[in-house]
Amino acid sequence: MNQWEVVIGIETHAQLSTVSKIFSGAPTAFGAEPNTQACAVDLALPGVLPVLNKKAVECAIRFGLAIGAHVAPKSVFARKNYFYPDLPKGYQISQFELPVVQGGAITVQVGSGDKAYEKTVNLTRAHLEEDAGKSLHEDFHGKSGIDLNRAGTPLLEIVTEPDMRSSDEAVAYAKALHALVQWIGICDGNMQEGSFRCDANVSVRRPGAPFGTRREIKNLNSFRFLKEAIDFEVQWQINEIEEGRKIQQATVLFDPDSGETRTMRTKEDAHDYRYFPDPDLLPLVIADDWIARVRGELPELPAQKRERFAGELGLSAYDAATLTASQEIAGFFESTVEVAGTANAKPCANWVMVDLAARLNKEGRDIGQSPVSPAQLGGLVRRIADNTISNNIAKKVFEALWNGEGASADEIIDKQGLKQITDSGAIEALVDEVIAANAANVAEYRAGKEKAFNALVGQVMKAAKGKANPQQVNELLKKKLAG
Amino acid sequence: MIHNSLKQLSQALAAKEISSVELTTLYLDRIARLNPEINAFVTVDRDKSLQMAQDADARLAAGTAGPLTGIPVAQKDIFCAEGWTTTCGSKMLANFVSPYDATVIRKMHAEAGLVSLGKTNMDEFAMGSSNETSYFGPVKNPWDLSRVPGGSSGGSAAAVAARLAPAATGTDTGGSIRQPAALCNLTGLKPTYGVVSRYGMIAFASSLDQAGPMAASAEDCALLLNTMTGFDERDSTSLDRPAEDYARALDQPLAGLRIGLPREFFGEGCSAEVMAAVQAAIREYEKLGATTVEVSLPNSHLSVPAYYVIAPAEASSNLSRFDGVRYGYRAPEYGSLDDMYAKTRAQGFGAEVKRRILIGAYVLSHGYYDAYYLQAQRIRRLIANDFAEAFKACDVILGPTSPSTAFKLGEKAADPVQMYLSDIYTIAVNLAGLPGMSIPCGFAGGLPVGLQLVGNYFAEAQLLNVAHRYQLATDWHQRRPAGLD
Repeated sequence: MNQWEVVIGIETHAQLSTVSKIFSGAPTAFGAEPNTQACAVDLALPGVLPVLNKKAVECAIRFGLAIGAHVAPKSVFARKNYFYPDLPKGYQISQFELPVVQGGAITVQVGSGDKAYEKTVNLTRAHLEEDAGKSLHEDFHGKSGIDLNRAGTPLLEIVTEPDMRSSDEAVAYAKALHALVQWIGICDGNMQEGSFRCDANVSVRRPGAPFGTRREIKNLNSFRFLKEAIDFEVQWQINEIEEGRKIQQATVLFDPDSGETRTMRTKEDAHDYRYFPDPDLLPLVIADDWIARVRGELPELPAQKRERFAGELGLSAYDAATLTASQEIAGFFESTVEVAGTANAKPCANWVMVDLAARLNKEGRDIGQSPVSPAQLGGLVRRIADNTISNNIAKKVFEALWNGEGASADEIIDKQGLKQITDSGAIEALVDEVIAANAANVAEYRAGKEKAFNALVGQVMKAAKGKANPQQVNELLKKKLAG
Repeated sequence: MIHNSLKQLSQALAAKEISSVELTTLYLDRIARLNPEINAFVTVDRDKSLQMAQDADARLAAGTAGPLTGIPVAQKDIFCAEGWTTTCGSKMLANFVSPYDATVIRKMHAEAGLVSLGKTNMDEFAMGSSNETSYFGPVKNPWDLSRVPGGSSGGSAAAVAARLAPAATGTDTGGSIRQPAALCNLTGLKPTYGVVSRYGMIAFASSLDQAGPMAASAEDCALLLNTMTGFDERDSTSLDRPAEDYARALDQPLAGLRIGLPREFFGEGCSAEVMAAVQAAIREYEKLGATTVEVSLPNSHLSVPAYYVIAPAEASSNLSRFDGVRYGYRAPEYGSLDDMYAKTRAQGFGAEVKRRILIGAYVLSHGYYDAYYLQAQRIRRLIANDFAEAFKACDVILGPTSPSTAFKLGEKAADPVQMYLSDIYTIAVNLAGLPGMSIPCGFAGGLPVGLQLVGNYFAEAQLLNVAHRYQLATDWHQRRPAGLD
């Protein structure tokens, strides 16, 4: 593999979260009975005309602003002509020569730990278009059915430059894009329902050589498939070339069952789509004040938040990235810090990323469904910080909060008597008792067995029902045993 | 009664001299008697029409009637009308019953209270200048049944000329209102592009199509146009302008009117007898106080070639939806999916439609797009600029509508280029998006001659005024074909 460089570009179709379709008033909701969400325009009855949904345009503007792209003041809708039963007009309305979003970039974290690095993926363009319907090949007594519910659903097609150099980079980009479109509220990101699907353009070359011939893997609807498909394709292309064959430009499909890609069509039978500007639609004009208004409505973006978490709160790059994986996680974390205080940002981060995440994961819940609220978690972290409870007791309190045993950490600590004993007199008394009752351990320790010390600490904590301040116990015990 | 103007009919209905049901029956009976010969209507539905007339009578009785409520009209079969078979002159849609109303249909019927007498014959998908490409057979010109009525709105033109309807709608992509109006001695108006909604009007060439009225006089056209226009949010190319009364300026005197005579419309290519009638009309206008000035439209010779790139390009895409999948014709026997498409479209479309689809697909295809489609778009801008330049020196432009009078059925059917040249004076107006009219201006060999008037953008009221004053001074528009009563 060393002598081959992999080149990947990704095209993503993100379904935009609008209530109605891009050129008609029909609803976009998923899962309705076939053809119940297709109006005259979606059915392409004779005489009907498209009218552009401004909400879809706003989604495109949001995206353009979020990736630092040029939002074109004038873009043009074009017709892409081809025949297929699920394409009612015989053409798809898309954008061709003048897309609405031009350029831009997304910076992503690739890998983790020591091998982690940042990668900037440049975008070529993003354009608005309508989705097609679906052909249903089952249950029609040998015939195919057509469901036009999806026809006319707004899509943003997001196209990168051929900037990625491994399947890991491709997946990192796809995940970051997936998070971003949800973050800015333009796509629900539901990959099972097809709201976010990727095509990967893959080629290989000798480092420094011109780009090789690419093959496009269509319709990858999970990150795992994206990685598997690219890895298989790369190896296949390398084998072909090393065995003396040339790569033919082609569109291929990935079969998740076999883990292989297979050719769907080659360049020779590629369509001539006869693109031309759609005479039914005027050029899309986006005035500066529209862009300014959308900019004002944009939430703080993940990259900005990451920077702030690292800068103001002193979190590591990894923590900052993890906590900005979604707006829900970031929001939960920020609300927790608000209660716990910014000085406690790091323990807040740990609680959200480790303890809470593990508990949520165990029950298969999203952070939005956490029974422990940010305010409760923040209150808990505060009590650890001010030594009211130890970390060990805190885990008990967290579990109690999770189970709804009290409204706040304070209430649970109070009700269950979990307050840490920090009175040195009380701890000294317990230490004395333990030393007196465990002569054998004391002797072993004094003979140089460190393990015996831990046993003594355990005895003290047991006597204190876990509530003694562990640090004080350590110090006092050492002092007494030395004395 | 059948020769009455819309204003007279409106007055008669208001004065209860006649009911809408009686008036509608009068026309339906005449259609039943004369249509088998003329073939102007492809769909007549007596019950539906009489139901609409009853509704109109109720509105007249209730005092909620508009100026044209209860007056029957004929609708070109290019407009989708709910519950009516809407064929666009094609086998492809011979069985298509529209589940919805075009905006024009809704405005005329539901809002204005006009009564539909039925759907009129037309060239298939509005592609033709003689009405001979219709799947439902040619329409005959009431002035001479061996001749064509013009096209594509030939059924509407023949219907009004034979007084099978007081007025009708047409659509005009390259002259399809004006040329048949000229050949049938009618007044027809193609408005500025965007003034009448295209929603529900089956598209031929989206950037050129525009609906308008066809009637016996400019006054009738003005009244009918009032019911057709207005911004429509369902049509993105519809223009959001305040409503206007197109009859408001009808009577204005013409003193001081500057009439532009384009050099290019008065040269070769026009029959001498047509030119003689046009020259006589110019003298009439001078008598009415207008002055004439020679102007030039130097790129007008490029309008037919540019049109026959742009219109087929748009049509090739617009007609892709007729694929046999969801509605309309599907070949009875086929193998694969591609075979179904091929057989359905081969059998469902006529020769002229297929010719234009092929031309359109060709000019849009990879490697030819720049040389044909983009070049034609450049010519289109030059033509619009020519008109803009000409309108600096004049208020309206005048010339012949068609280079000849009505030709014989079959005369040009075998020669598409000769057929295309019958629209040589009208096409540039569509390319520029300007309003244009044709009005009767005399006869040659017993056949009507049309005079074309072209206005600046949104000058419909002025055009109607210029036409109306001429019609007050002449009686060409009142002449009727013989042998039909």
